[in-house]
Amino acid sequence: MNEYQLNPDLFNDNVVMEPIRAGFGKGLKAIGGTNDKVVALCADLTDSTQVGLFRETFPDRFIEIGISEQNLVTVASGLAMAGKIPFAVAYAAFSPGRNWEQIKTTIALNDQPVKIIASHAGISVGPDGATHQMLEDIALMRVIPNMIVIVPGDSIEAEKATQAIAENGKPSYLRLAREKTPIISTENSPFEVGKAYVLREGTDISLMGTGAMTYQLLVAANLLSEKGINAEVVHIPTVKPLDSETIISSAKRTGRVLTAEEAQVAGGFGGAVAELLGNQLPTPIVRVGMQDRFGESGEPMELFDYFNMTGEHIANTAEEFITNKPQYHREM
Amino acid sequence: MGKQLSLADLQKKANDLRIDVICMLEAAKSGHTAGSLDLAEIVTALYFNIMKIDPKNPAWTDRDIFILSNGHTVPIQYAAMAEAGYFEKAELQTLRKLGSRLQGHPERVKLPGLENTSGPLGSGLSQASGYAYSLQYLENSKHRFVYVVMGDGELDEGNVWEAAMFAGKYKLTQLIAFIDRNNIQIDGSTETVMPLEDLKSKWESFGWHVIEIDGHNIQSIIDSVNMAKAITNRPCVIIAYTIAGKGVDFMEYDYAWHGKAPNTEQAAKALHELGIMDSIINPEETNI
Repeated sequence: MNEYQLNPDLFNDNVVMEPIRAGFGKGLKAIGGTNDKVVALCADLTDSTQVGLFRETFPDRFIEIGISEQNLVTVASGLAMAGKIPFAVAYAAFSPGRNWEQIKTTIALNDQPVKIIASHAGISVGPDGATHQMLEDIALMRVIPNMIVIVPGDSIEAEKATQAIAENGKPSYLRLAREKTPIISTENSPFEVGKAYVLREGTDISLMGTGAMTYQLLVAANLLSEKGINAEVVHIPTVKPLDSETIISSAKRTGRVLTAEEAQVAGGFGGAVAELLGNQLPTPIVRVGMQDRFGESGEPMELFDYFNMTGEHIANTAEEFITNKPQYHREM
Repeated sequence: MGKQLSLADLQKKANDLRIDVICMLEAAKSGHTAGSLDLAEIVTALYFNIMKIDPKNPAWTDRDIFILSNGHTVPIQYAAMAEAGYFEKAELQTLRKLGSRLQGHPERVKLPGLENTSGPLGSGLSQASGYAYSLQYLENSKHRFVYVVMGDGELDEGNVWEAAMFAGKYKLTQLIAFIDRNNIQIDGSTETVMPLEDLKSKWESFGWHVIEIDGHNIQSIIDSVNMAKAITNRPCVIIAYTIAGKGVDFMEYDYAWHGKAPNTEQAAKALHELGIMDSIINPEETNI
């Protein structure tokens, strides 16, 4: 089992909150300092995506693309052909929302190590409403062969993930969020592309989360423990390739799986876990996330509540699931 | 490369590549004939006169870059690559067949010497711009050039004009674009499907230097590239007026040949026009 050090202040009132995108900004600046092949491109969203930090530090390696996301990723493809490591940065709603085919053909099939950085993903973008709440991107990206898909759980992990994908030589997708969320990890917590981490061991159900939803799962696990339910929490920042070993072994231990993501459950992270379990260890599963509907305007936490994605809602969903579904494949 | 080929040699080579294209497409039983034929002179001039390349060392770091944006015309590129020595000519017969390195649309990872993967239209100019940006601003490699070939129908794609703005903004002087202005696309003539004219002023207004040439005149192609290289404050686009299906009388000007391969009988007739007198398609006799 992986040793994962949770933020000791996680459940205190003074827990540090930071947007996940901020970690990307710091990570890119750091890797830019050690690898001069790293370049960054942005589609007129430089400050809000946090790529501004890289632009200030390495102005010669920053390229403003304007509001043209198809051009963003195809110019990045060309830069990669010339030996660079391009970070193509925009909002998830537009990239990959608008340029999926270019990503597939000129980056994934073309096997170029372009990093697609998608900020402001999920419903937590809030008041901007459904047009700007990208919920389909996990599904869109993970069906492309040769694409790495990472959804960091906090800004520290986003910083590590940014540096990890910079030098992996592969097309990679990094999904970021706008809103401040609790720091769940520490500088010493492990992060490796393709690895999942058991944050809390349990016996009754595995709560598997990606991105900031892992925090909600930890909240749910605390609430469940008050009711005598012993939930395991697995943090899965890499949606593709999935850490099948960790996921299967957790499902074996608990016999029930709940997934949580700030995205459409159809085809998304929950879909990926369901496929894995269906193939290797059929296990009852319930998927928390967007249930085949669009978001709408609202404050982020209002929306989480409205769409049943808070820790409280997840605890209720888990409890109901446990009541109604038998536990399969339990191996003590 | 060895000694400079004469204009007559180059013209003969263009004709040979057309013969290869007809044989490849007949064997493949599918593919895009018209554009593959009409690009013969441009591709010949690039591969056998203009570009600095080393077919025996496709990854040579000082090479010029060729990006085919309208990937459906790749048979002419494959034919040129085989002729130049990137691979054996016999392999041309595998076009579009299972397991072949010669995919129906070009895939970089499959065949050394291909610089990009294309087919879905409109992305080549952006890729070429990214490469040219790197040469001009990130590497200071002033002696290398990036050539991109686009179809004219392809200019319907918005991605092309995003790239045109980008290259104009950054004054990518090592970027040289060709437009194969053959006036056809799948549904008919370009001016019927979605009018492109006034094409010259469109590109000029995006900050490009425009050169217009007869795309079947090899001397004009070479001269236009030399002119483009002399323009050092803007990207250059060469609008090459061509005849779709050039070289085969019954294919010329006919948009029906955009996405169709000749059958055996049609191929024999086409080869006859191209100077192959034997009426039977026989790979050995047609030197493939």
